Amino acid sequence: MRALTWHGKHDVRVDTVPDPEIVNPRDAIIEITSTAICGSDLHLYDGVIPGLMGGDILGHEFMGRVVETGPDSSLEKGQRVVVPFTISCGSCFFCKNHQFSACDNSNPVEKQDITENLYGHAMSGLFGYSHLTGGYPGGQAEYVRVPFSDVGPIVVPEGMEDDDVLFLSDILPTGWMAAENCDIKEGDIVAVWGCGPVGLFAIQSALLQGAGRVIAIDHYPHRLELARNLGADVIDFTRTHVLEALMEMSGGHGPDAVIDAVGMEAHGFAPDRWLDVAKQTVGVGADGGHALRQALMAVRKGGRVSIPGVYGGFLDKFPLGALMEKGVQVRSGQTHVQHYINDLLKRIEEGEIDTTFLISHRLSLEDAPLGYRNFHDNQNDWTKVVLKPGLTAPQPSEVEA
Amino acid sequence: MNRLTPNRRQLARGIADNRTYLLVSLAALTGAGALALALNQSRQANDQHPPDDAPGRTGRRSRFGRFAVSGRTVTINRPRQDVYDAWRDMSRLPHFMENVESVTVQGDLTRWTIRGPADFDVELETRIVSDRPGEEIAWRSTENSAVETSGKVMFRDAPAGRGTEVEAVIAYVPPAGRIGQMIAKLFQAEPSIQGRRDLKRLKMLLETGEIATSRNRKTTA
Repeated sequence: MRALTWHGKHDVRVDTVPDPEIVNPRDAIIEITSTAICGSDLHLYDGVIPGLMGGDILGHEFMGRVVETGPDSSLEKGQRVVVPFTISCGSCFFCKNHQFSACDNSNPVEKQDITENLYGHAMSGLFGYSHLTGGYPGGQAEYVRVPFSDVGPIVVPEGMEDDDVLFLSDILPTGWMAAENCDIKEGDIVAVWGCGPVGLFAIQSALLQGAGRVIAIDHYPHRLELARNLGADVIDFTRTHVLEALMEMSGGHGPDAVIDAVGMEAHGFAPDRWLDVAKQTVGVGADGGHALRQALMAVRKGGRVSIPGVYGGFLDKFPLGALMEKGVQVRSGQTHVQHYINDLLKRIEEGEIDTTFLISHRLSLEDAPLGYRNFHDNQNDWTKVVLKPGLTAPQPSEVEA
Repeated sequence: MNRLTPNRRQLARGIADNRTYLLVSLAALTGAGALALALNQSRQANDQHPPDDAPGRTGRRSRFGRFAVSGRTVTINRPRQDVYDAWRDMSRLPHFMENVESVTVQGDLTRWTIRGPADFDVELETRIVSDRPGEEIAWRSTENSAVETSGKVMFRDAPAGRGTEVEAVIAYVPPAGRIGQMIAKLFQAEPSIQGRRDLKRLKMLLETGEIATSRNRKTTA
């Protein structure tokens, strides 16, 4: 089959690789019809996530049609499914508690040592996201092997378009959980750092969960426009002093809850530019934790901090004093996709949530490297790239043996 | 020519640099000495502390006489008897013990072929010395064993209906002493690493019916 493979920093290619097979009884094989490039894929593209190996297949947002099932899979051939990016067994302590992204059993044992040493506990398995989380081949391919296929994938009603439901695999539940972690009370003011896909879905979710006002912070004009279209007020941090503005816009109170939808993506997206802009604006040497530090300073006393943004290691100059003295609550974590996916599918079906506004480009799988390059270099206009293996590439593909 | 012969000033700076270097090294050495002394004193102080409630193998001392002791506890979301049964049927152990090539059972004698570091096989013979259904299985090596070892696995009800806590403890005399142990660790066949991986595999098997793998095909082509 054809698949997007990683070969090093800024070097991804579409290669021909062996087709996946059923390996374990609960597996299923899915023929991919749509798969997206995620902001977090850009970390891999930039080579800042350790534990990738040359030839690894990327991609953790995907959906398609079931073509093969193991004896213990609950799926049937021909069903259309969206697959959560988190791999979860459904039967361990964490899955039983609906903390699916903390699954004990999905990361292969020999790969658990790394995160057990790094974080104190082994992480669960994720698709296409380095060997820290299992080294599972991802879904930017024609086919993918889905372990525990009786727990993760959700069957999509016929008649719903791929583009309507694809983002149930990651960013929509991630934005929803980010808002839920804010414990929003009717009328609350919520500030959101970052208007990438997750930030935008967090804005939409916060308003649906009862926020009275959402204030979005970014610097890409087009992304701020998308935020405004969703009903947010926006702050362009290249024009405005963010902390001062947030205080003034919340009656001197401070936002009740804040969401850091930037994470170390601040590095991943456009490292030099972001750092420079941040330094000029705030006047401090900012690293990847800048958004989080600012969010902690901004949040009101006794407020809530939600961190959907990805962090992998350590953060210095963390304003722990602000956290303690203001009595702030912090909630974070990889998304428990399986916990949210049914409810969110229903909301899409009922027209309460639309996700298609985000998609800026639809490309063939063969054009995936082009998608990566532009999503990385031109963030203002390339807001979300969806790859369709069914589309034929407009240019002759460069096939490698 | 002129550039190659250092002038007085450069020479002086060189000496000064050397002196700084010497001072720094001296300070580092003194520091290291002081640290060693402090560590030694704190260790003596610790000997005077009363014993705590932590398992012995988690102590700062890792050797007990000639024996290296390692152990690991995992919680498995299954009833105690099920977990005990899975362990008691010794012939099934190779299913989740990666480095166990084969196990043959004769009465309460078990013969193990274990893949040691660098594909070097180790033959063990153990005898079950204690067997309390649903609670504990303990074994000790016989004189036909290449490595002197004893171990036990204990099964307890986990709190709050979380299933069973399985605690496995293995004591062994490392072949070729400490160096053998370190080399084995390099090849990831050291019992404490192997033990924790094996217990996690047992957990996967009992909780999910399979052992997770990211391999995309049945055979690596």
